[in-house]
Amino acid sequence: MNGYLRKYRNWMMLGLFIAATIIALIPLFGVLGYVVKNGLSALNLGFFINLPKAMGLPGGGMANAILGTLIMVLIASLIGIPIGILAAIYLTEYDRHSWLSTAVRFATDVLTGIPSIIVGIVIYTAVVLKMGNFSALAGGLALAIIMIPLIIRSTEEMLKLVSHSIREAGYALGISQGKTILRIVLPTAAKGIITGAMLAVARIAGETAPLLFTALGNQYWARSLNEPIASLPVQIFQYATSPYKEWHQQAWAGSLVLILIVIILNLVARFAFRSRSI
Amino acid sequence: MGHTLSVRQLEAWYGTNQTLKGINMEVSSNHVTAIIGPSGCGKSTFVRCINRMHETLPGTKVKGEIILDGESIYDQDPVVLRKMVGMVFQKPNPFPSMSIYENVVAGVRLNGMRNKQNLQDIAEKSLRMAALWDEVKDRLNYSGMSLSGGQQQRLCIARALAVEPAVLLMDEPASALDPIATTHIEELIRQLKENYTILIVTHNMQQAARIADSTAFFLTGELVEHGPTSEIFTNPKDKRTEDYITGRFG
Amino acid sequence: MRQSLNEGQLILIQLLKDMGGEVERILQGCMQTLQSLDRTQAEFWIAEDQKVNDLERQIDDECVRLIATQQPVAKDLRKIISAMRISTDLERMGDLAIDIAKIVLRIEGPLLKQLIDIPLMADKALGMMKQGLEAYSGEDMVLAHDLAVQDDEVDKLYNRVVRDLLVIMTKNPDVLDQGMYLAFVGRYLERFADHATNIGENVIYIATAGRQDLNI
Repeated sequence: MNGYLRKYRNWMMLGLFIAATIIALIPLFGVLGYVVKNGLSALNLGFFINLPKAMGLPGGGMANAILGTLIMVLIASLIGIPIGILAAIYLTEYDRHSWLSTAVRFATDVLTGIPSIIVGIVIYTAVVLKMGNFSALAGGLALAIIMIPLIIRSTEEMLKLVSHSIREAGYALGISQGKTILRIVLPTAAKGIITGAMLAVARIAGETAPLLFTALGNQYWARSLNEPIASLPVQIFQYATSPYKEWHQQAWAGSLVLILIVIILNLVARFAFRSRSI
Repeated sequence: MGHTLSVRQLEAWYGTNQTLKGINMEVSSNHVTAIIGPSGCGKSTFVRCINRMHETLPGTKVKGEIILDGESIYDQDPVVLRKMVGMVFQKPNPFPSMSIYENVVAGVRLNGMRNKQNLQDIAEKSLRMAALWDEVKDRLNYSGMSLSGGQQQRLCIARALAVEPAVLLMDEPASALDPIATTHIEELIRQLKENYTILIVTHNMQQAARIADSTAFFLTGELVEHGPTSEIFTNPKDKRTEDYITGRFG
Repeated sequence: MRQSLNEGQLILIQLLKDMGGEVERILQGCMQTLQSLDRTQAEFWIAEDQKVNDLERQIDDECVRLIATQQPVAKDLRKIISAMRISTDLERMGDLAIDIAKIVLRIEGPLLKQLIDIPLMADKALGMMKQGLEAYSGEDMVLAHDLAVQDDEVDKLYNRVVRDLLVIMTKNPDVLDQGMYLAFVGRYLERFADHATNIGENVIYIATAGRQDLNI
């Protein structure tokens, strides 16, 4: 082919790729920009410490929603992270190739793709109806179920990254398999595992649908974990779908806070816990 | 000081593939025995049978006897056995999450020793034996990965020695290192044999010739010839051995 | 570094010195036998080369072992190859010394003259051998080159021996046999000295990898 024609086609393709990238980034930055623009004005100290006010009244806040999100994420993490990590350890270290672990892995992969609203409905039926009330516990449980497959997947990947030679070095020193995993393999993979956990937390912090059926929402502080509780995504949903201007503004502010939480978690996970090759 | 190691009719499989076909060998104590042979001849498998690491891979099978100091190694708990038979691997593998000091004492500390003074003494003794003490004594709490390749390998040797094994297995210990680091390791092995029985697998025949007291030649899972190194390299008894060491193989 | 190789080279030096010591013992013994014309002694010395031959074999085996197991290169290799060559020279020197004892068995009657130059040649040649071995162990080029000078002196002594013997033999044809045999002894000692200069040539080879004839 003629040299000039080839160069021309090269530049054409390069231009195409750049254009496509820009087009892909537009929605991302568009969303961010929109949220920042609209949310920043409603963001003040009152937003963080005040309870929601009735429609039409200025000066309300989302303190209970922020706290609710934090509480349910904590419950989910306390349940989901240990179970996920232990399951991943079992799959990677003890039973890598059996039919059982293959089945578990397949199930995990399917569950990562499950629509979260279904998780919510299942917990509604299994927990909320049985207990007779919506609760923070149910909400946390639903989030944990969404979290577990994510943690298993990412922890497994990190454990697989630990070179087998490290394990062999441990065994060759006369260290039992259990101790090798606990004191050598896990610390080596620790950074990657923590990263995976933080990304999973960032993911569930923004889940709305499952919380609708489990935690329901609350305009006031929840007095125990066995009561309905507010959360940021649900509160945003309720305010945004209302006809009141003040509430719309609050929804924008809430969205901004939520996005900031997610972004900060992502950044911390990816930068503070950069894993070097092992 | 001498520990006796005998191998009788050792057979090993990897899946359906038989990698060792009846090995009989007496390993002399306080002696460096080199194991040479072409790729796939079973030399790594052989050595990994002695500390029962071969079994840790899925789909493996072993038959035959290996007797260390009068006891069959299959009568013992593999974890306990591996404290008596240490191993150094081809690619240096210090534990990334540990400092130099922690690496050296890992085998002893993770098995229960708590006394700080003892641990420090062991660390210094082992690092001196591995000819690494002077280079790292001022940075014992630096990461194990901060050392050069040759230093990392000597660290792994110190780590193996800290457990005070009877036998030291080395699987191509210098093949990942540059020539100068290799010479250091070879001199180290020469010094170690005063106190340890050493088995070294190497694909580098000249290395075997330089440092080994006796040499064993493996070919497709069989032990073809085993004798004093000077004899093997000046007048081998088996034609296959001669063909291999003169490079007229295949 | 290369501890094994260094130890091996020290062993070779020691073996060569041992071999030189044996050759010295044999030459001195044979020269004494020549002076005394003792036939029993002569027969003793003729059978005495066993140890020299054993040492040559030992040196050979050690060189082969070192080359096979230590892969020496450059100067290390030249030193080892030279050790093999020098041991061959020393073995020939031992044979030459014994040839002198064999001559004793052929000589009948008393010596036709008091031997002066021949013992002088023997002393000088022996000194050259020792100097050669010294040059090898110390890699000393000066000592090596000096062997050429000493070889000249031995050659001159040999010429004088032959001339003196010819004069005596022309005057007295009865001693023709003995004169011829004594001339042979002179020849053997001259060859002995030549082999000693070969040692010097090997030392130069070790240092420079070049060849130089010290034997003009």
